[in-house]
Amino acid sequence: MNLKKYQEVIIKPLIDENPITLQILGICSALAVTNNLTVTMVMCVAVISVLSFSNLFISLIRNYIPSSIRIIVQMTIIASLVIVVDELLKAYDYETSKKLSVFVGLIITNCIVMGRAEAFAMKERPLLSFLDGLGNGLGYSIILIGVATIRELFGAGTLFGYEILPLVSNGGWYMGNNLLLLPPSSFIIIGLFIWLIRSIRPNQVEEDDFNLSKHSTASDLTKRELNV
Amino acid sequence: MFEHYLNIFITTVFIENIALSLFLGMCTFIAISKKIDAAFGLGVAVIVVCLITVPLNNLIYNYILREDALTWAGIEGTNLEFVELISYIGVIAASVQILEMFLDKYVPALYNALGQFLPLITVNCAILGASLFMVEKDLLFVESVVYGFGAGFGWAMAIVVLAGIREKLKYSDIPEGLKGLGTTFIIVGLMSFGFMSFGGISL
Repeated sequence: MNLKKYQEVIIKPLIDENPITLQILGICSALAVTNNLTVTMVMCVAVISVLSFSNLFISLIRNYIPSSIRIIVQMTIIASLVIVVDELLKAYDYETSKKLSVFVGLIITNCIVMGRAEAFAMKERPLLSFLDGLGNGLGYSIILIGVATIRELFGAGTLFGYEILPLVSNGGWYMGNNLLLLPPSSFIIIGLFIWLIRSIRPNQVEEDDFNLSKHSTASDLTKRELNV
Repeated sequence: MFEHYLNIFITTVFIENIALSLFLGMCTFIAISKKIDAAFGLGVAVIVVCLITVPLNNLIYNYILREDALTWAGIEGTNLEFVELISYIGVIAASVQILEMFLDKYVPALYNALGQFLPLITVNCAILGASLFMVEKDLLFVESVVYGFGAGFGWAMAIVVLAGIREKLKYSDIPEGLKGLGTTFIIVGLMSFGFMSFGGISL
């Protein structure tokens, strides 16, 4: 019941245990929906709400789920929540829902949702699980929004559709980087984000499978040759 | 007729590759691509499951869920499209479970090779994504068989290629923070740029 634990489950997934850059969860949608900040925001809200409520509901009934069919039960809960989000989006923001196309539906198989349900909600109390869902959703959103900001600002010179860097084609001075508008560029941006985070937090650096021996230099070579 | 199916297959494998152009199934794609053996096993499992579930979901969509689809049963004016997602994921989860039991009983050798990957596949978005794109493209039954196979094949090919590149990279000297996950992301990005060059080709 201490406040610190609640704080921890929200703060930790932001950088220290970020779902995308450390846990390798939920990458698919991070790539396809990040060329436009507005669409990204909608996607983030959708993921955060599905994630926190699925964690809450699964945690509420965790003691009644037989472990042999738990995956199907979790899937059903998650799929129902996603259907609610999908229908709401179609009703109130049809344009964005068209742009997101199948990616809202794919939240069902977004491994963040399943991963957190399995790793956290099946073991912890409801409120704590809800907050864990919220924290992980926010961690996911931070990376997505970061990628989307870079792609939209430097790719199209706009943010949320408003012009920030006036493009040459509109009589301004900025030459848009069209490469950033292509989906594969988000892989490279996420790769660089990982580099940044791991430079700040060296404990996340992966161990080598084996150690390389040191490079031999010219002076080593001549010394050896002289010995021979 | 044959040309038409070949066209669907080539388009699905190269131009609209499910991993490198549509970015589906990325989590397992990046997590299980350290070794070629494991990548190959997972790839084969994805092909099999795609080949089974996409046509099944095609039948379910065309004869049960689609608008006015229940006319053959004498019920008119139905539209069950809102339960689309939950029925597809149900079909996928059930087929994976049945496939697992079937292999365990009749083909134990294959079960031992694929066993550990099968449960992972239920939550692989490449499978659900293939079904959803099948609906979006409005394919007929035979077309959906070809599409399912092509989608699985394209994904399997991509993960084996990535695993090959990563095995080679073991010996290279990479900056500390980029080791592992970081470089993998960048390689996938470059591979995906490469696959974009197939765009615009039509048969």
